[in-house]
Amino acid sequence: MIYRDKGSRSTRAGFGEGLLDAGMLNGDVVALGADITASTGVNLFAVQFPGRFFSLGIAEQNGAGVAAGLALGGKIPVFTTYAVFSAMRTLDQIRVSVCYNNLHVITGGAHAGISVGPDGATHQALEDIAVMRSLPGMNVFSPCDATQARILTRMAILDCTGPVYIRFGREAVPDFTGEDMETVPGKAQILRPGNHLTLISTGHMVWEALGAAAILARSGINARVINIHTIKPIDRQAIIGAARETGFIVTIEEHQVDGGLGSAVAEVVVSEAPVQMEIIGIPGCFGESGQPAELLTKFGLTSSQLAVRIEQTFRNWKNQP
Amino acid sequence: MDLIETSYYIRGLIIKMLASAGSGHTGGSLGLADVFTSLYFNILNHNPNNPNDPLRDRVILSAGHVAPVLYATLSAAGYFDVSELFTLRKFGSRLQGHPARDKGLPGIETSSGSLGQGLSIAVGLALAARLDNRNFRIYSIHGDGELQEGQIWEAAMSAAHYKLSAITAIVDCNGLQIDGPVERVMNLNPLRDKWASFGWNVFECDGHKHTEIQTCFKLAAQSMEAPSVVLARTIMGKGVHTIENDNRWHGKAPNPEEATEFLCQLNESLKIDYQKNRKNRDIQG
Repeated sequence: MIYRDKGSRSTRAGFGEGLLDAGMLNGDVVALGADITASTGVNLFAVQFPGRFFSLGIAEQNGAGVAAGLALGGKIPVFTTYAVFSAMRTLDQIRVSVCYNNLHVITGGAHAGISVGPDGATHQALEDIAVMRSLPGMNVFSPCDATQARILTRMAILDCTGPVYIRFGREAVPDFTGEDMETVPGKAQILRPGNHLTLISTGHMVWEALGAAAILARSGINARVINIHTIKPIDRQAIIGAARETGFIVTIEEHQVDGGLGSAVAEVVVSEAPVQMEIIGIPGCFGESGQPAELLTKFGLTSSQLAVRIEQTFRNWKNQP
Repeated sequence: MDLIETSYYIRGLIIKMLASAGSGHTGGSLGLADVFTSLYFNILNHNPNNPNDPLRDRVILSAGHVAPVLYATLSAAGYFDVSELFTLRKFGSRLQGHPARDKGLPGIETSSGSLGQGLSIAVGLALAARLDNRNFRIYSIHGDGELQEGQIWEAAMSAAHYKLSAITAIVDCNGLQIDGPVERVMNLNPLRDKWASFGWNVFECDGHKHTEIQTCFKLAAQSMEAPSVVLARTIMGKGVHTIENDNRWHGKAPNPEEATEFLCQLNESLKIDYQKNRKNRDIQG
């Protein structure tokens, strides 16, 4: 069920709580920080378990490697910094030291997406999904709100095997899922039924997708809304079902349109159930400074903008000869 | 076999396996044979019959391209049959061109091949050991050219910060890399001062004298406060005098005719090293 009255919280807050939960449940969980532990949420764990927290300074390549070494030594390391650094500055270290060794290292990517805002392009991770999901064996998580971030983080640490990348954002967004919603890694969630078309989204954009679906409903378009919190391994059945049952799929993400959620969905669609798709995201350019709302508007990622664009492309598709 | 004979046995295996493979890194592998022999036959707490013993010392080969000396030493120490060396770099082999942990070869602690990553792994292992109150040592092995990677110095900083005295890094100081002398490609000197200023104990030795190598390792193991690095001065291609100090042999394997010639040269070098060693002992004795 979707809760509209729980207020807003950031997914990074949920991540911090999930890390703390996991630390309470398993003494082998260790956390690594790269100087920005208050803004990533790792400080909750660091305060509670100072002996199991390692500050490694502004040295992300080493941080990823130290995490690999800790995993080789039997620990469950969680290395977190801004996604632009944790997923990209460390790419070779994650590829060789973590993935090629098939180690259960959890890499946290904070401040992902355009909604980071004023810090500008260097700090807005818009390529991390593409980069991380291309690595063999990597699991890629992208929770939609704080509650889900907490649950998925705990699961990523305690229940998953192999390397995991978990992406979360800076801004407070509506915390609309509840503990009653079954969250299983690798299993997509249908948040709204619909048979005319399907909106597939991830992370903070899921709320906007729900908003767009509500607006479309007023025009008589019933949009199914699917939350993909696990981008890899992706829920093929949910995508195939959406393709066959609705015939038109729109993906929405705070990420480059190249290689992200849209690409991951399209890879399933083209091979299993080819249908018309529209991939909405950042169109192959860098972000810039601005308030989150200004930037989301610039890239057409607010629910009202999405609804207008989707209705148009949907009707064009319907009216094809 | 004593250590000198063992190191030449390992060199012979390196030549044969590289000739069989048709490609691979000859120079650095030959140059490190004495360091590896001292490590595996004198220094390490390890058990080839129980390669996953949680208390074993760890060897992290960061300079993954010298995998032949690791493979040859592991087989000589009994981790797997020597015959498997001849699958090096071949399809389906556990002996990948660079070490691959997921292939399941006993004694391989980590995959490597992208330079500069091993010291960070050593730091993580040392932190894990400390959390579990385990006293194993971690030896991470690097080329001198590899120290041009920035990650090495990030890792060096963190090892000293956490006073990880369980780490002994070994630098294969042969002074050569693919493009030429290290000091011309990208100078590392003063190398001793660099490590010292990062808070490390620094030991230097002739990387072909077992007594010197072992003295360094034993002194490093006594450190309680800081990680240690052993700068081992070596000769690329050591034992095959026609290719010694020739950086063209960094990444080349001998053809069958060259391999036969190299094996003859190894026999001669073994005799010379033996005589030198005996003379030294007589002088000291």
